[in-house]
Amino acid sequence: MAKPRVKVPGKAKAGDVILIKTLISHKMETGRRKNKKTGELIPRKIINSFVAKFNGKEVFRAKMHPGISANPYLAFHVKVPASGEFEFTWTEDTGKTWSAKKKIAVG
Amino acid sequence: MTERIQLKVIDRRDFVLGASAVAALAAFLPLGAGRAEAKVSWQDAMKAVIGDAKPTMGKVALELPEIAENGNTVPFTVSVDSPMTGNDYVKAVHIFATGNPAPDVVSFFFTPASGKAKATSRMRLAKTQDVVAVAEMSNGKVYMGKRSVKVTIGGCGG
Repeated sequence: MAKPRVKVPGKAKAGDVILIKTLISHKMETGRRKNKKTGELIPRKIINSFVAKFNGKEVFRAKMHPGISANPYLAFHVKVPASGEFEFTWTEDTGKTWSAKKKIAVG
Repeated sequence: MTERIQLKVIDRRDFVLGASAVAALAAFLPLGAGRAEAKVSWQDAMKAVIGDAKPTMGKVALELPEIAENGNTVPFTVSVDSPMTGNDYVKAVHIFATGNPAPDVVSFFFTPASGKAKATSRMRLAKTQDVVAVAEMSNGKVYMGKRSVKVTIGGCGG
């Protein structure tokens, strides 16, 4: 069960470059692992996409491959011109998505 | 647990504790169980992403531990020297683990609103190897940075 966790500063000054940290619990099954009992390959199932939007506009995106560790952690920066809301979306190979929202007050 | 509780605001301490807890958990996942034979060279993987562009060494800095005890989760930070303005910014940074059976790790896509072309994550490394970061700039130039990492226990299903 994936659970997103996001850390965004509550407030900032206009034009500040802020640090955003995100973490989601996910096994990130590589598709290369074998079931120890049956010897069969365990099918790949990873979160392959992460998108960060600020006030509806994309500011950062990551395309992930099986080379990313389980429970993918992402930290990145965003320049905030004004108050608004961040929306973060994670998408799994299966098409399943998770999202989180965070507001920031800029003044 | 409801969705509301899962998305609650977390303070710095909780975040760090949570992050180290999942890192510890990841360390115990039996990722070394199987090894698939189909290998792709990192040069081919890079070509699939950036085409025929020839990267110039420089501008790209990779921060990685010199020795990674656990190849299942190796923290890394990549940063690119760029003013990140509307007409001069880093469009994308692609990370390749040259010694992994599947060299693609992640691609970060930046915008002028990123402010800084810098991102951190954690990767799987199958063995001691070089990690390569390739940056695509808005003016079409391509730069590259490289770091070697010693891996004590391999991850990445290998």
